[in-house]
Amino acid sequence: MTVSAPPSDSPTEPDDPHIAARRRWMAVLARGSAAELADHWGRLGEGLSHDRLRAPESGLVMVRGRAGGSGSPFNLGEMTVTRCSVRLADGAGGPARVGHATVAGRDRRHAELAALFDALLQDPARHDAVERTVIAPLEAAQAAAAEARSCKAAATKVDFFTMVRGEDT
Amino acid sequence: MYVAVKGGEKAIASAHRYLAEERRGDPALPDLAVDQIAEQLGHAVSRVMAEGSLYDRALAALAVKQARGDLIEAIFLIRAYRTTLPRFGASRPVDTAAMAVDRRISATFKDLPGGQVLGPTFDYTHRLLDFALAAEGAEPPVADSAPDPLDPAMPRVLDLLNREGLIEPAATPDEDGPVGEGPVGEGPVGDLTRDPLAFPAGRDLRLQNLARGDEGFILALGYSTQRGYARNHAFVGEIRVGLVAVEFEPEELGFAISIGDILVTECETVNQFRGSKTVPAQFTRGYGLVFGHGERKAIAMALVDRALRCRELGETPQAPAQDEEFVLSHSDNIQATGFVEHIKLPHYVDFQSELELVRRLRRAASAHAEAAE
Repeated sequence: MTVSAPPSDSPTEPDDPHIAARRRWMAVLARGSAAELADHWGRLGEGLSHDRLRAPESGLVMVRGRAGGSGSPFNLGEMTVTRCSVRLADGAGGPARVGHATVAGRDRRHAELAALFDALLQDPARHDAVERTVIAPLEAAQAAAAEARSCKAAATKVDFFTMVRGEDT
Repeated sequence: MYVAVKGGEKAIASAHRYLAEERRGDPALPDLAVDQIAEQLGHAVSRVMAEGSLYDRALAALAVKQARGDLIEAIFLIRAYRTTLPRFGASRPVDTAAMAVDRRISATFKDLPGGQVLGPTFDYTHRLLDFALAAEGAEPPVADSAPDPLDPAMPRVLDLLNREGLIEPAATPDEDGPVGEGPVGEGPVGDLTRDPLAFPAGRDLRLQNLARGDEGFILALGYSTQRGYARNHAFVGEIRVGLVAVEFEPEELGFAISIGDILVTECETVNQFRGSKTVPAQFTRGYGLVFGHGERKAIAMALVDRALRCRELGETPQAPAQDEEFVLSHSDNIQATGFVEHIKLPHYVDFQSELELVRRLRRAASAHAEAAE
């Protein structure tokens, strides 16, 4: 029996900054709502046309856990997800960009908008504006919601105090 | 002789219309909205997701509504629905150590890094009916909020014990199940939705079975272990409830992405020792993990997981909770309800043959008695 560090959950991720950046915005887009993304798309996506390489499709991902939290993996149960892939034409005649999304839930519009933003963010000419006006604000809002939730939990943290019973002093 | 019986279609259609009216209840009252169920009956939704083995709050809430609150019927609806969707793959194992914690307690250590966080719990309530909830139009209650969030570093309690070598590591070579299933920790993961259960089952299949097993059944078995039917005196090392990120590697990307957060409940138990002449005594572990907020189920699951590890830990199985075939074959409430409830459906022909047999036996017995006189 040996004590070893649990196997890494991300053994194959290269330290590619482009992949790291894309993982970040995809995580933010997956946690945004379809309504939020639609608002932003109404402003930024005007005049852009796209093809669906893969129309929004709902399916399942089997969620895995680990025995003891860090031991061998097991299948916990499935979750609903929706995926979509699009090709976004560049309005200025540049190369088309392919965007992908897989998001929790069954909202097809959410998956398609997330894929569209993924494509848009890969366009160097548009990246910064989308990052500044969509991704950063969504990320900040998500972080604020998580912090508010954590503050509620923190209010229920127990402060133990010990009754001193005199005789030992 | 097989007699085909037809008829009943009209009665069945009327029965279903009657059911629909009963489901709706008094039309003078507002219809129950699915999002009200999702928001206000969170534990029912959690149970349907856990035992339906499908994480989707809106679907679980719809199933609760359609089933008129019969949670096993709701779980049945969810299990049936999941078969209509393709599976895109499996996630990376969720990292519960990185959970955004709503609640985290330990019954073994009072002072632990990150602290005891009670969260939204029924514990320490007086279990007195609150008639204020029966009144309408009350102001929505507001939770307290601390000025600062929780410390993001919430180490797993059992890892603290592990540092001293006082508890077995989370993965041991012999818990992976039958030999030849690949290297420790990273072998193929068994899936009982794809392959029929075979015995002996590896711990992966046991945990999957328990995670989707009936809460009442797992609870009763867990209770039996505490009452002495599989002695392994357990402490709750830690319970944590909160959101974990799910990472999935889509085939078109070649790297994993975070696709959303799910609420889960995790329980780790610290159980009595195992040791030998060569290995000093160590605590052993049981593990429970379920979708949603479901502490009762997570604790019971950890107790039964530990009991089912008896052979691996050199204990002689002698109690029901240690009998893998018994536990795993009877934990699924959809299988159970299907078989138990099917006997209410027409068995006219089967019963006719039984009736014939009893009559024949009785005729033979009375003829025998007459002959003897």
